[in-house]
Amino acid sequence: MIEERPIMKVAFFPGCMVDMFYPEVGMAAVRVLERLGCDVVLPDNQVCCGQPFFNSGYSDAAKPMMKNVIDAYQGYETIVSLTGSCAYAIKGEYQHFLENDDEYSRKLAAISSRIYEFTEFIVDVLGMTDVGAHLDGVVTYHKSCHLTRLLGIKEQPLQLIENIHGLSYVEMPEADRCCGFGGTFSVKEPEISSHIVQEKVINALATDADYLCGADQACLMNIKGRLDRMRDRGEIISTMKVVHIAQLLDLGMGK
Amino acid sequence: MGILYDQAPLKDKVERALSDDFKHHAIETAQDVITQKRQALVDQVENWEDFREKAAEIRNHVLENLDYYVKQFAQNAEAAGCTMHYAPTAEDAIDTILDIFDELGETSCVKSKSMMTEEIGLNERLEEHGIHPIETDCAENIIQTAGDAPSHIVVPALHFDRNAIRDLYRERKGYTGTNDPEEITHFLRTMLRSEFMNAHVGITGCNFGVAETGSCTLVSNEGNARMASTIPETQIIVMGIERIVPDLRSLDVMMELLVRSAVGAKITSSFSLNTGPAKPGEVDGPKTVHIVMVNNGRTNILASKYRPMLRCIRCGACMNTCPVYRHITGHGYGSIYPGPMGIVLTPLLVGYSKAEKLPYACTLCGACSDVCPVKIPLHDLILKHRIDMVRLGYTPAVESSLFTAGAKVFSNRLLYEIATTVGAPGTQILTGNSGHIDSGSVWIPVLNGWTYSRDLDVMKHKKFRTQLAEYQKQKQNRHQDQEDA
Ligand code: SF4
Repeated sequence: MIEERPIMKVAFFPGCMVDMFYPEVGMAAVRVLERLGCDVVLPDNQVCCGQPFFNSGYSDAAKPMMKNVIDAYQGYETIVSLTGSCAYAIKGEYQHFLENDDEYSRKLAAISSRIYEFTEFIVDVLGMTDVGAHLDGVVTYHKSCHLTRLLGIKEQPLQLIENIHGLSYVEMPEADRCCGFGGTFSVKEPEISSHIVQEKVINALATDADYLCGADQACLMNIKGRLDRMRDRGEIISTMKVVHIAQLLDLGMGK
Repeated sequence: MGILYDQAPLKDKVERALSDDFKHHAIETAQDVITQKRQALVDQVENWEDFREKAAEIRNHVLENLDYYVKQFAQNAEAAGCTMHYAPTAEDAIDTILDIFDELGETSCVKSKSMMTEEIGLNERLEEHGIHPIETDCAENIIQTAGDAPSHIVVPALHFDRNAIRDLYRERKGYTGTNDPEEITHFLRTMLRSEFMNAHVGITGCNFGVAETGSCTLVSNEGNARMASTIPETQIIVMGIERIVPDLRSLDVMMELLVRSAVGAKITSSFSLNTGPAKPGEVDGPKTVHIVMVNNGRTNILASKYRPMLRCIRCGACMNTCPVYRHITGHGYGSIYPGPMGIVLTPLLVGYSKAEKLPYACTLCGACSDVCPVKIPLHDLILKHRIDMVRLGYTPAVESSLFTAGAKVFSNRLLYEIATTVGAPGTQILTGNSGHIDSGSVWIPVLNGWTYSRDLDVMKHKKFRTQLAEYQKQKQNRHQDQEDA
């Protein structure tokens, strides 16, 4: 199914959530990319993209973070981000904060168009929708805001999901409504955030899916956190697993 | 009332709104209904995006040439027989309107729905001067009768249901009927009809002023705006200086978008395009028309990076789609302008110290910007507010030092390594048997916000970067072994 192609070197951007809390998601993505013929490298100096900081208004404090990321990824042909949110921050938002800095504006322009979100990379760059994965069950998909609306990556994750053999996709109600994470919003306004995520969980459960899948780990962490809490409290009985799309593909390809 | 009707801290307003189950669910349902209707219609318009593009262009063009268009509009309205007034501030607008009443010796008036009159707090000020304004829009009448605050810019009584409305009119206006909407409306109609017939002054807003003709438009679903602008001898139109379109062609574009975006309908039941007072021989229409053009901070916005906000046509689509508005309702914001547009506009009109933490009541999901018919990048403007608030020192000192210290850690690989390695065992200690941090941790201040309502997975001993390095090393070794063998 997967044709031989020259090995493609990709610089990987995992996102802090994956680095600190969900390394297994990052490893799943690495295995998937390797099976698809990529050589994955993690630039040594890369850290946070700064989004939680500038989205809270601390754009001046976040500038060294932006510059650190820009420097870390200089010189790579292809950059793959496991999170749409951070990819959007770098591709779509950095420029506003760095417009008076010629050097970094230039360096940013050099990497900006080379950054692809994980599913976008597989579908649009590698040209694959069927990666030869098999997995039995029902899946539903949360359409993360930054990925779906701001980057406009709507079809690619669904194409990958729908081509996993044995898996059937059921759309949840209001799939593209925010999960209530919003970065620091979730801790600054926890009351509002919890009402929003509660509705997201209920909408997902309405599909009776075995897997709730998404392409941005931050949203998934939020949704899973609420789901776990509802389970703990005995409010729901559900075995629905929350997984990143990379894990779903990895699971299916490993069979 | 003015712009802010509730100056309690955001937290308190939110808590109150969230604990009011009735209001909360009423808004959820209303949001679902309106957004579905809107979406169905938008899907039918093949070139919806072109319309939005065009509308944004028209509004931008007007804003770029606002001095020209205000002048053209004023000249043409004057030529049509209107008396023009310019009010730099809300106070000036009030004074102008009070002067008109003084001159006429009138002590009451009928009003149709107008956000501009709410913005300047007109009703209270009229009452203070012994002038009784009667709201004739059903929803506004409900709000006025209840002494409540509006929860939406288009449907201000969105938080009332038919039972609540029945009870309200029973208690305050002697209504004896059921909760049947038609019956309640009939009661209101009878009550308001006599007010209309006896009124000598009508106050209305204006959806768009047409520069080319000097006309003012009124878009309404109840016909009350038409009555308020035709029966009384004197009509006072209160409008923001930015609410202008160049000509009738552009008005057409705006109308295509406004009604669909606002209520999910193709047209409203009434649409008036009024040009000056009644001409000799015309049966309907006022003898005198005053147009009060209010600035109230708009030229400051025009000169700032927040200019796109002045494109707003007050359709309410942004709040209808907003996940935060959905739960905290209009009352959670405490401003007559709630939801995304309110978060942008309110601080611009009242200043950061009064608007408090409003710009933080947003997840930056961007759903609002997606539906806005004039393509205002609302979530970007909300972010700009946050940045300005931090720069101007409107955020708590503790928070600011936390973020500044955090930024240092996260911009340096080594510091990050140390901080996250120390942090990992810490989060693991907090877990019970479940493997994730549960509600037992709410006493820890930083975690509190998160674990208040969700569990938190633990930070892993081995970060991804460490695992990847080990994995790659193993692979290399295997490779080496194979080659050696
Ligand atoms: S900001 Fe846009 S969507 Fe919101 S009320 Fe104004 S025109 Fe409508």
